[in-house]
Amino acid sequence: MSEKNHRTHERLATTLGWASLGLGVAQLAAPGAISRLSGLDDSPWAGKAIRLVGIRELLHAAALLGTRRPAPMTWTRVAGDAMDLTMLGRAMANRDGPRRRRVAAASAAVAGITLADMYTAMRANRPMPGAGPEPITNLRASITVNRPRQEVYRFWRSLENLPRFMIHLESVETIGGGYSHWKVRGPAHKVIEWDAEIVEDREEQLIAWRSIEGATVRNSGWVRFTDAPGGRGTEVRVRIDYEAPAGKLGLAFARLLGEHPEQQVRDDLRRFKQVMETGEVTRSEGSPEGTRAQRQLFQRPAQPVR
Amino acid sequence: MKANCWMGRNTVEVQEVPDPRILNPRDAIVRITSSAICGSDLHLYDGYIPTMKKGDVLGHEFMGEVVEVGPRVSTLRVGDRVVVPFPIACGDCLACAHGMYSVCENSNPNAGLAEKLMGHAPAGIFGYSHMLGGYPGGQAQYARVPYADFGPIKIEDDLPDEQVLFLSDIFPTGWMGAEMCDIKPGDVIAVWGAGPVGQFAVASAYLLGAERVICIDRFPYRLDIAARAGAETLDYEEVDVLDALRDLTAGRGPDACIDAVGMEAHYPVPAIQAYDRAKQATRMETDRPYALREAILACRNGGTVSVIGVYGGLVDKFPMGSFMNRSLTMKTGQCHVQRYLEPLLNKIREGAIDPSFVISHHLPLEEAPRGYEMFKNKENHCNKVVLRPWA
Repeated sequence: MSEKNHRTHERLATTLGWASLGLGVAQLAAPGAISRLSGLDDSPWAGKAIRLVGIRELLHAAALLGTRRPAPMTWTRVAGDAMDLTMLGRAMANRDGPRRRRVAAASAAVAGITLADMYTAMRANRPMPGAGPEPITNLRASITVNRPRQEVYRFWRSLENLPRFMIHLESVETIGGGYSHWKVRGPAHKVIEWDAEIVEDREEQLIAWRSIEGATVRNSGWVRFTDAPGGRGTEVRVRIDYEAPAGKLGLAFARLLGEHPEQQVRDDLRRFKQVMETGEVTRSEGSPEGTRAQRQLFQRPAQPVR
Repeated sequence: MKANCWMGRNTVEVQEVPDPRILNPRDAIVRITSSAICGSDLHLYDGYIPTMKKGDVLGHEFMGEVVEVGPRVSTLRVGDRVVVPFPIACGDCLACAHGMYSVCENSNPNAGLAEKLMGHAPAGIFGYSHMLGGYPGGQAQYARVPYADFGPIKIEDDLPDEQVLFLSDIFPTGWMGAEMCDIKPGDVIAVWGAGPVGQFAVASAYLLGAERVICIDRFPYRLDIAARAGAETLDYEEVDVLDALRDLTAGRGPDACIDAVGMEAHYPVPAIQAYDRAKQATRMETDRPYALREAILACRNGGTVSVIGVYGGLVDKFPMGSFMNRSLTMKTGQCHVQRYLEPLLNKIREGAIDPSFVISHHLPLEEAPRGYEMFKNKENHCNKVVLRPWA
């Protein structure tokens, strides 16, 4: 989907969020007027029910207006619509005359809104066209290291050093001619191996690589080194593009386990900084493996490691 | 070994836990001879600091004897007597290079957690939540000290533990609070909180040349200790603090105000205390900032507010209008203890100050739970508890 279309349905979702806010406030402030309008004013429970629905509408509004990508949140409105239609359907069955007509009109209005909600929610779920079955994931991360650029570049350029701070890497072996052999422990402890070549190597500035034909996980990337201003050391910027092994599903699964790939790269860079500056990966008893997003969510107690 | 563990709100327990071992080449293991309970430990005890876990070993004010060193520690030897600063600092990052040790960029392996709450992560701290590293603390018989070749200070003369223990936190913290006031001749300094940190701030302000120091609290026995350090005292349950300070300074207001209270302040008006207490209990705000609000309102135009009391998250009703329109400056931070170790040890050696004046109780480590309770409820004139892990 183009950037323009993308913005259209996010805008639509935001509009729906404001609608929820307006409706919710109206339902809480004037439940009597709402119940008359929708033909429910004969029921002793109408006021209470409308107030509850009002609170729910405010929750929708919070979900939709409280995020930068509101469209997927429209599903909460779809669920709410289903509840409303059920209630109105039962109300219609028990009524007749002008009151029944008012309930019918309210139901029609809600049905129309449901269509708009479903359209927006489903658009949000459509994958980007042109991405193909294996989505390319690109990750970026950066950090400042308080060491001279030459030293930082050299350490990274000795690819055998990488597993010291990239904890998912089992090993990197250089095999000559700019080629190297990589072993990675992926999610669920699956070992993945591939060969890579360095495609660009600018002394003290940039290293770019890509996997060679036949790799299970096609990937490429670069790391760039620049002087931080005013003697603040070296700015290190990394970009990695890769095709996730089990496509989107694998990625979602990995995220579920707290192994968000972008977080992994950020953690790697933090450990890189620790190794470059202090000579070791910082470990606490709560995080004995060192900086790692997954561990940050599931800490050991801060007690000595046996 | 025995260690005092956090077991949930208002509960600590001395438990048997594994002995610490070296995890990194720059680590040392210290056999702890003295350890203290800090006012900021009460924030953990009361459950206001997020990311604590059941079983966490508490304590960040400790000293002892080195019993093991990692292969890269060349500055310490087995048998050395050391005081360990509470912020863990690597000594190599840009922050450390600028002497900002409590915001060391490398010592917090859980920086990602802290970044979510604070934007950027501060340093790791012993026994002070997982957001600040997940390190076991020093209310125990032994502790692993990371970057041991950089942080701890060797005590080579025969000064007793009582005189040097507080170099680990509260003496430098009070000192930094006074130093941030940039004291000039004639300056009047007001200190909120007559706990041990406030008492050290009073003493430090005089050592740094203050003309007068006024200390504010509601416990007469604590105000008495501040008075012995030279302070004029105000009981905020007896007088209106803003009026009293205006009066004492003939309308100018104190030149600098030190908040040595932090996130669990009390307020003499029950309705206002209840309002903030309720919001704190329902997590609508994490901190009750009365001392800070009052310090801002009290400070003279163009003066400095120095904040060394600990805050955890968000405050409400921050008097920004007063702060901005009257050209105030705020300085703050967890103490960069490593900066002050050498100069303050010298002050103790010279006899300019004897930090043991804050101690009210010595207890064996086993009685840490009683120590916490007593300290929290201000029973038995409790001012500062020192624990003996081997008693």
